[in-house]
Amino acid sequence: MSEPLIFELSSPGRRGVSLPTPDVPVRPVSSYLPDADLRGTPPGLPEVSEVDVVRHYTRLSTLNYHPDRAMYPLGSCTIKHNPKVNEDMAALPGFARLHPMQQDETCQGGLQLMYELSRDLAEIAGLEGVTLQPAAGAHGELTGLMVMRAYHEARGHARRKVIIPDSAHGTNPASVTLVGYETVQIPTNAHGLVDTGRLAELIDEETAAFMLTNPNTLGLFESEIRTIADIVHDAGALLYMDGANLNAVLGITRPGDMGFDVVHFNLHKTFSTPHGGGGPGAGPVGVRSDLVRFLPTPVPVKDGDAYRFDYDRPDSIGRVRGFGGSFGMMVRAYAYIRANGPDGLRQVSENAILNANYIMRRLEKHYPRTVLVHGTQKETPIPAEVPCQHEFVASGTRFRAHGVRMLDIAKRLLDYGFYAPTIYFPLIVPEAAMVEPTETESKESIDRFIDAMTAIAEEVENDPELVRNAPHTTPVGRLDEARAAHPKTLNLRYEKSLAE
Amino acid sequence: MTYIPNTDADRQAMMEAIGIGSVEELLTVIPTGVRLDGALDLPPALSELELHDTMGEMAARNGSADRMASFVGGGMYDHFVPSAIGHLAGRSEFLTSYTPYQPEVSQGTLQGIYEFQTMICELTGLDVANASMYDGASATAEAAMLARSATRRDRVILAGSVHPHYIETVRTYAHGPGISVETLPCPNGTLDPDLLESALDDDTACVIVQHPNFFGCLESMRDLERVVHGAGALLVMAVDPISLGVIESPGAYGADIAVGEGQSMGNQVSYGGPALGFFAARDRFVRRMPGRIAGQTVDQENRRGFVLTLQAREQHIRRDKATSNICTSQQLNALMATIYLSLIGKEGLKQVAELCLHKSHYAAERIADLPGFELAFDRPFFKEFVVRTPAAPGEIVTRLADDGLLTGIDLRRFPSLEIENGLLIAVTERRTRAQIDRLVEALGKFS
Ligand SMILES: Cc1ncc(COP(=O)(O)O)c(C=O)c1O
Repeated sequence: MSEPLIFELSSPGRRGVSLPTPDVPVRPVSSYLPDADLRGTPPGLPEVSEVDVVRHYTRLSTLNYHPDRAMYPLGSCTIKHNPKVNEDMAALPGFARLHPMQQDETCQGGLQLMYELSRDLAEIAGLEGVTLQPAAGAHGELTGLMVMRAYHEARGHARRKVIIPDSAHGTNPASVTLVGYETVQIPTNAHGLVDTGRLAELIDEETAAFMLTNPNTLGLFESEIRTIADIVHDAGALLYMDGANLNAVLGITRPGDMGFDVVHFNLHKTFSTPHGGGGPGAGPVGVRSDLVRFLPTPVPVKDGDAYRFDYDRPDSIGRVRGFGGSFGMMVRAYAYIRANGPDGLRQVSENAILNANYIMRRLEKHYPRTVLVHGTQKETPIPAEVPCQHEFVASGTRFRAHGVRMLDIAKRLLDYGFYAPTIYFPLIVPEAAMVEPTETESKESIDRFIDAMTAIAEEVENDPELVRNAPHTTPVGRLDEARAAHPKTLNLRYEKSLAE
Repeated sequence: MTYIPNTDADRQAMMEAIGIGSVEELLTVIPTGVRLDGALDLPPALSELELHDTMGEMAARNGSADRMASFVGGGMYDHFVPSAIGHLAGRSEFLTSYTPYQPEVSQGTLQGIYEFQTMICELTGLDVANASMYDGASATAEAAMLARSATRRDRVILAGSVHPHYIETVRTYAHGPGISVETLPCPNGTLDPDLLESALDDDTACVIVQHPNFFGCLESMRDLERVVHGAGALLVMAVDPISLGVIESPGAYGADIAVGEGQSMGNQVSYGGPALGFFAARDRFVRRMPGRIAGQTVDQENRRGFVLTLQAREQHIRRDKATSNICTSQQLNALMATIYLSLIGKEGLKQVAELCLHKSHYAAERIADLPGFELAFDRPFFKEFVVRTPAAPGEIVTRLADDGLLTGIDLRRFPSLEIENGLLIAVTERRTRAQIDRLVEALGKFS
């Protein structure tokens, strides 16, 4: 049975929380506010008791799959275990009830945390300065692009274009457009890597930057990264790293050492802050020394023993949001970095890489790694000897012969008690499934996943119908997406207003 | 302390299974020239117990509202957060899952989004809302971008009474795409409709006003609406959701887009975030909206269910043609807002809003009675107001912190406002009469 909407549980007169009676003199509301500004119709909020609310949202929660239950191999999203101590730290009243508009003297602990986190992230990135302001990875991209634009403007020419690989995440080109640049796409070569020859041809004096993910979105390390950096820098452009895959390189290599000038971090991926069903996250940005002056204001700084926000940054791009950033995520990331220490962080990446390669090798018979070579649209295998990094992308084209798509396999995996990998991304792998186990899965858990994937591959041969009609055990079956694509389905209020 | 379950024996077994002798063999693709020599220069690992102590000490160095009586607002407020919210939103099912890419096992999150969208539409009186934005400031900037693409006009006008952070964020976003941004001064605390009329032209995409505004004052919304639409521009309103318990909705005023900071709805101030932005609009803009949107549908057995919808707007489909780049947003915070609005309900929201009115007016009147103090603006206000002080506000705030009071915001922190001796004071339902009286008494020392 489906759970009613909270509005359907409403019963006039019910209340979910009690409020104090006024302890100050009371006058009619119309004595404070003009009649023209008084609300005519009250908002149609539900009238429910606390127990109604608790049961409703508890029941709703049970309809969600989540990584506290079992593996959540959603590639690119780094769904690792979220240490519980982090939640307690973020909830400390000294942090949770600290107001961003208080004077700096009363926020010394908060500022210290931000200052130290910026410093630690700069060390991890091998870059000079970090802003903690951006609210998510995509917001970090936008901020990084604005910084790069400011750099070019300061040199007298804003430039027009940003080059990105055809394997890039959708937020990369979307961010490029938002900052007023044009996207130029560079095809991936048959090894699943940047074609450096092609890059040299495409880049010119109108190119502001090259945006790259490393390891890239196929889970492959761009071994020619230094050559790439030279090509980019020789053209006077900047090299941007989408840091979504930083979980592969902690303590092994650093964006700055690879030649990147700007990188964004996803605190909700690499640094274990929980994903919340789609946020909140945080997307700090690190930059090389000559770009620091363009970072958003304000910046936490240390003067002697005291910390303060520095607003005096004349070359800054300005603010990208209100207040200082998603501080609650910073607390969690700080706790995570302090708990792991330098050796622990390196072990994170090594274990993430080992886990991914173990799965990749044990599944490659059924789920090979391939890439579509641009122009020919020919599906080419990734050379077998090349290891993946913290994730890999498998192709499911061989299941087409049985009328089965990767979507079907993903749905069938839900029946086996796993969340599905990221599917149909990156776009250059046909029938793609991107698998990222992370370092927090044990061998037993990974083996269970491998067994499930293998069993499904066998089902495709023996009983394709079973896979095509999956899932069979979830709270709802496959949903009619076309039917939802109308404004009237988007909320109850609009639906009612149309009916009237 | 690491959170890695595998032991050396596990790793050994895995390496043997795939025919390698060490993890190093998987790293050969990383050229030695870019490899890090030695370890990262970070402090050594802490045990969980040490972490508690270290961070507990850090938190204790803050003068937070659990220990001080807070009259600080300016876009985030110390409203009461009912206990059930943390307990429900803290459930692993909500906390640790991600964007509902597999709707069959994400109905909890998806139905939550649908309920949130409905509540935001109820509050704002508009047709459609999305699943959340990063915050109020970035939601305002995205509204400006939408207005530009919908009107094909390149100019944005902001009232100078809009939150300075929102104005700065709009300016930052506007720079790259070449949108011109103009801010109109509000020396009397609100935007003068005649001034606006003279500033509007046929290249103005939208006018952005905040109501109640940064100073707490109500704008002349009816007149502003007439002037804005008279010039064919869109009206974007930034609103405080709590105020909507007593103040007219943006939809009823005629706004085209309503945005705002949703922190007041069941979220902690958390030194600035995470909280949430909300975004609602008239139905004709739905295909230009930023962010995730959930819609209602059915499965093969005709059972009700919810999915992410109208995705042809979004970055993963449209890439460089997307209406926004937003991917991860503020889902958990939106869920907290949804639970808050469920608990507080129709009557409760009105009651909270009325408590804010009573208490802030009590405080304002008592402070204005102090010699040397006066209200800066002679305008109706909701829960926040500006007083002119006989001494430098920064000094007052610093001195009163010793008395356990977070007095408010020294407006000289925002030089662009050009307000001398202005102190912005917020009074929520959470402040008691005793706390207000203590504030008044402490301020009296400066009379
Ligand atoms: C490769 C890559 N880049 C960018 C992003 C965008 O990050 P966010 O969702 O935090 O905005 C993601 C994740 O969603 C990603 O996987």
